[in-house]
Amino acid sequence: MHRTNSGRLKTSVSASLADARDELLIAGPFSQGISNAMKVLVPVKRVIDYNVKVRVKADQTAVDLANVKMSMNPFDEIAVEEAVRLKEKGKASEVVAVSIGPAQASETIRTALAMGADRGILVKTQGEVEPLAVAKILKAICDAEKPDLVITGKQAIDDDSNQTGQMLAALLGWPQATFAHKLELEAASAKVEREIDGGLQTLEVKLPAVMTTDLRLNEPRYASLPNIMKAKKKPIDEKTPADYGVDTTPRLKVLKVSEPPKRQGGVKVKTVAELLARLKDAGVL
Amino acid sequence: MATLVIAEHDNKTLKDATAKTVTAATQLGAGVHVLVAGQNCSAVAAAAAKLAGVGKVLLADDALYAKMVAETMETLILSLAGGYDAILAPATTNGKNYLPRVAAKLDTPQISEIVKVVAPDTFERPIYAGNAIQTVQAGAGKKVVSVRTTAFKPAAATGSAAVEKVAAASDPGTSKFVGEELSKSERPELTAAKIVISGGRGLQSAENFKLLEKIADKLHAAVGASRAAVDAGFVTNDYQVGQTGKIVAPDLYIAVGISGAIQHLAGMKDSKVIAAINKDEEAPIFQIADFGLVADLFKAIPELEEELTKLGA
Ligand SMILES: Cc1cc2nc3c(=O)[nH]c(=O)nc-3n(C[C@H](O)[C@H](O)[C@H](O)COP(=O)(O)OP(=O)(O)OC[C@H]3O[C@@H](n4cnc5c(N)ncnc54)[C@H](O)[C@@H]3O)c2cc1C
Ligand SMILES: Nc1ncnc2c1ncn2[C@@H]1O[C@H](COP(=O)(O)O)[C@@H](O)[C@H]1O
Repeated sequence: MHRTNSGRLKTSVSASLADARDELLIAGPFSQGISNAMKVLVPVKRVIDYNVKVRVKADQTAVDLANVKMSMNPFDEIAVEEAVRLKEKGKASEVVAVSIGPAQASETIRTALAMGADRGILVKTQGEVEPLAVAKILKAICDAEKPDLVITGKQAIDDDSNQTGQMLAALLGWPQATFAHKLELEAASAKVEREIDGGLQTLEVKLPAVMTTDLRLNEPRYASLPNIMKAKKKPIDEKTPADYGVDTTPRLKVLKVSEPPKRQGGVKVKTVAELLARLKDAGVL
Repeated sequence: MATLVIAEHDNKTLKDATAKTVTAATQLGAGVHVLVAGQNCSAVAAAAAKLAGVGKVLLADDALYAKMVAETMETLILSLAGGYDAILAPATTNGKNYLPRVAAKLDTPQISEIVKVVAPDTFERPIYAGNAIQTVQAGAGKKVVSVRTTAFKPAAATGSAAVEKVAAASDPGTSKFVGEELSKSERPELTAAKIVISGGRGLQSAENFKLLEKIADKLHAAVGASRAAVDAGFVTNDYQVGQTGKIVAPDLYIAVGISGAIQHLAGMKDSKVIAAINKDEEAPIFQIADFGLVADLFKAIPELEEELTKLGA
């Protein structure tokens, strides 16, 4: 699987090493038979690939998604990675990936399964589903699945809402640890280092809890070819919002989606002295 | 009914983000109250009471709120929500943390990071890393809104509202603050500075970031960074500017050794003037920079420092 995230430096050598490690761990005894190991639920969203240059439709109703590359939300890859690592360490017994979206969101779930999740739940929807409705569906799934930990991304890079995980935690009455930078899981609690405006904060939350991932929690692996093949055999349950009694009709009315004001490139300067002179002229120095 | 603004502060000082959120709140047309939740934070409440447009300050002074832990903020805000039509918080990491819990419990969608109040029920907000602007209208029910503070001017300190104490709400007791590591700096705060100088992967090391710090000290600027610079450990996470880091809009943004990925641009493209120094003349940052200098930063930055010294900075 390709991963071109320029924010991560990854050579093909380290990738294949990681794959070899995946193989070992998946084949190994680590994840089986551990008493009181936990169930982890990971919601994964299918979004426009983070590398795609987004265009607004001419009729200003939405962003143009026709023939555009779609991928798993990058923060959700981090969430899957963290969950799979917990399993590899024997701290989790099962990792369940959930996606709410169109039929093609099953591909997003397959990606999670190829990374090491055990099974998937696809909740098929039509059109946009707002974070609150997503949170309600996830709550119903948690009521049924009873996970010990839910790991969501901190933010979907399409709607940039940054709210689903927090909403889910509130609906469940669970504590949350958002913007996670580091996780230490104990038997009945989790110690989470969080990225906050001023630096880092450490919280201890009782389980069950919801955690949302930040960029530096881990570096997601590439799925190896054998694991991609294996993932094809892992089960994906198909559901609808009605199965959970959730109405996904949008509550907000989108009146318009428009282009932001375009910023024009200015001039090139030749020297540092010229740069300073220009900045003085512009009144900003 | 009035609008409730949740104050951002560190128990000692009221953050600029609050004054900017108050400006957005006044545009909803109803009265504005500010909730200051914290510990030993009466000075913060006094500062909030001075903000123009604020009718009343509610002060919840209790150990429970010392760190604005999300679960305790949720129960406190919900205990007051009945009296309000709209609840606004700045889109800081605190606001992003507690506000969606409140929205979920009120069974209302949260409108995240508004940049404009079009009408009391209609807002503009950026989506797709700011590559599109969505205009959304709220339905019936309470409005829960987070505010991108760079898009609003701070309310002036010309008011004189009363401060009223409110009781602490219940403690769910499910989470505990353990500790924090806060960056200490004499420089202005990244989101409030008039000048920001940011470094990227091009800086190559933490040591080299000191080159930027020297310039920052001369310009009274804040120092920022790209994600690549943070991931590489040159600086800590709180320096990150971008779609998923801090949003800044200073008078002057100087990008040094930063290529200009959309995720970075999302955090700084509303700066008044953008200058870029990059050795690659094709770097995308030049497409939005007002002034671009194609140069090796290890030559240009020491020169810049020298020139600034000459200018008596
Ligand atoms: C989900 C997600 C969220 C993200 N969020 C953010 C975010 O919030 N903020 C953010 O910044 N990024 C974010 N990114 C990462 C973003 O896509 C880019 O990878 C990142 O911004 C690149 O940082 P950079 O410009 O420092 O590095 P590079 O792209 O590697 O650019 C380095 C630049 O330095 C120049 N350079 C090198 N040496 C010198 C020299 N000696 N003199 C002058 N110039 C030199 C090079 O020409 C190059 O243009 C995110 C990515 C993802 C997937
Ligand atoms: N449709 C969805 N399906 C699965 N997970 C989702 C969906 N929408 C949001 N999420 C999760 O919630 C996180 C935050 O999304 P948001 O609140 O939309 O920014 C994402 O990173 C996902 O983990």
